[in-house]
Amino acid sequence: MAMDINTKKIKRNAFRVSKKRGYGACRIRVPGGYLDSKVLGMVQEIADKYSATGKIHLTTRQGFEIEDIRLTDIPEITRAIQPIIEAVGINQKDPYTGYTESGTRNISACIGNNVCPFANYNTSALARKIDKAIFPNDLHFKVACTGCSNDCAKVRMHDFGIIGMTMPQYDPTRCISCEACVKGCKSLSVGALSINNYKIVRDTEKCIGCGVCVTKCPTRAWTRSQKKYYKLTIMGRTGKKNPRLGQDWLVWADEENIIKIICNTYRFVEQYISPNAPARKEHIGYIIDRVGFEEYKKWALEGVELMPETIMKKCIYWNGIHFTDKSAWTD
Amino acid sequence: MGYQFTKAEANALFQQWKERYDVYAPMLMKGEGCFSDTDIVRYGQPDTLEDIEWAKKSDYSFKEVLLSINQTLFYFTEDKTIVPNPPKKEILIFLRACDMHALTRLDDVYLKNGFEDIYYRQVREMTHFVLMGCTQSCETGFCVSMGTNKADTYDGYVKLDGETVLMDLPMAELAEGAKAEELAVTPDYVTENFEKVTLPKNLTNECFTDDIWKEFGSRCIACGRCNFACPTCTCYTMQDIFYNDNPKNGERRRVWASCQVDGYTVIAGGYDCRKNQSDRMRFKVLHKISDHEKRFGHTMCVGCGRCEAICPEYISYITLINRLAEKEG
Ligand code: SF4
Ligand code: SF4
Repeated sequence: MAMDINTKKIKRNAFRVSKKRGYGACRIRVPGGYLDSKVLGMVQEIADKYSATGKIHLTTRQGFEIEDIRLTDIPEITRAIQPIIEAVGINQKDPYTGYTESGTRNISACIGNNVCPFANYNTSALARKIDKAIFPNDLHFKVACTGCSNDCAKVRMHDFGIIGMTMPQYDPTRCISCEACVKGCKSLSVGALSINNYKIVRDTEKCIGCGVCVTKCPTRAWTRSQKKYYKLTIMGRTGKKNPRLGQDWLVWADEENIIKIICNTYRFVEQYISPNAPARKEHIGYIIDRVGFEEYKKWALEGVELMPETIMKKCIYWNGIHFTDKSAWTD
Repeated sequence: MGYQFTKAEANALFQQWKERYDVYAPMLMKGEGCFSDTDIVRYGQPDTLEDIEWAKKSDYSFKEVLLSINQTLFYFTEDKTIVPNPPKKEILIFLRACDMHALTRLDDVYLKNGFEDIYYRQVREMTHFVLMGCTQSCETGFCVSMGTNKADTYDGYVKLDGETVLMDLPMAELAEGAKAEELAVTPDYVTENFEKVTLPKNLTNECFTDDIWKEFGSRCIACGRCNFACPTCTCYTMQDIFYNDNPKNGERRRVWASCQVDGYTVIAGGYDCRKNQSDRMRFKVLHKISDHEKRFGHTMCVGCGRCEAICPEYISYITLINRLAEKEG
């Protein structure tokens, strides 16, 4: 049977062309990996109806990939997934057009402060907020949100990693010198606390704002700042050339400026992406490597007014593994 | 004498109280809970009646008003000691029936235990109490089992009831200038709790070796929250502070202590007589339900249920006591 499929178009629409001729997979993106249980039933319905094998893969980016769908069913499936798209709150230009522009990857998140005692913010809510700001977009961006410095969401493997922080507030009049915070910070975090004259001293240079002291305190001498803070790590990546961990750029930053920076970076990429990039996909980090961090900063910081307490690293050096440099492979 | 006010009238009276007294009441502290975006109810100084948390039981009790978490006993220089002045203003504390009973336990320890604690007495004499009624039981309290569900020794009673406010003001100063409809007001109290507790009646030292202490104690992380939240725990430890920039001057403070936290029973020379958590658990529980009673005629525990609600390890004090009673059969 003749089968005329515009593969570029369906790929852009979040479908995958699979190994098996005539078949593909339907990708369902769930920002922050957070959904009402009823969505599971909707996904099941689609899989039951269209998947030849009835298999679903839970993707590493917190989506569903319904396997073994017939490429010829794609127009129908695109319409059928509309209720799911609405239920998970995805940005769409027009309804019934599926996930338009899927180059920017699903924004993943750890479980966050809805559940986790360590998390410093609602990660899935922020993931959704960023989703609204940057989608639909076909440039290859990866963004992830994690509640605390434990980084369960592995955000340092992303172009933009957002790590929750809190500025610990200390009320010495409630402190009973039990040192639960000192011990907690030492064993679970960076050891930023010490005791002087029976009261706690926080080394502000060392402190990473994880909030362990706050959770350990039995009297509410330590509390979280009302304001929520974030660390922004940038240009981490996996891949075949030079995988590397994202490095801290902003510490004690705020949500609005981080979103602004991500949006600005899209303009930067539009300007500097290699004309030879296959399917216009090039990791932002490589572009920055090419044009220089100073130039990137100019673009990224446009219209950004950081809070006085935000620390910005002047320069960032990434290393990671260079597969192109084989000399590193011999001893 | 009972009164019925509109909210505005009641708040006007409340402002009058605030001029005369430092008013302390349970307040919802937004975002100050242990975990992100969680709140805590503890004592603060409300500006209006609406600032008071009327619905939820406070996580930490009123005791911190009478017994500061950190209290300077005296300042010292090379040849002098200076005792700080007592508070200038009288104090008004809003609290519930169980806590009114807890107050008698604080009095036991600080006024009737052989000698009077001057610091406590100073504040205590300046403090008056406004009862907050309970229309329904809190989740973990067992005041009915402990007979602490009703209190009648209050100086005032206030009930927010929609747009009206009911008060009973036996202390004349509180009623000064109150112009409102007079009627009989009796405090709300509960007659049933979700939790029921049966106290063991015949505890002897034989129970010291019971496995139950190990069973519960081994789960304890020695954080002290049960003690700090308890309205009847009264232990302090001493701290001598030598000021960093002039160590010849300083102050002696007493600071809340917990029998569950390391260091409580360390004596000179370093010996620690209750090293493991099982022994500490036993000490705490027996103190609450038996030892205090032997000396003062009523248990120390008033059944507010705060320790039950706050324990991060879900060690249920209620279950423990009921199990002790069951063992007696
Ligand atoms: S926030 Fe974390 S790193 Fe900072 S003092 Fe508290 S426990 Fe230590
Ligand atoms: S609150 Fe629980 S874990 Fe903490 S000291 Fe008390 S019993 Fe132990």
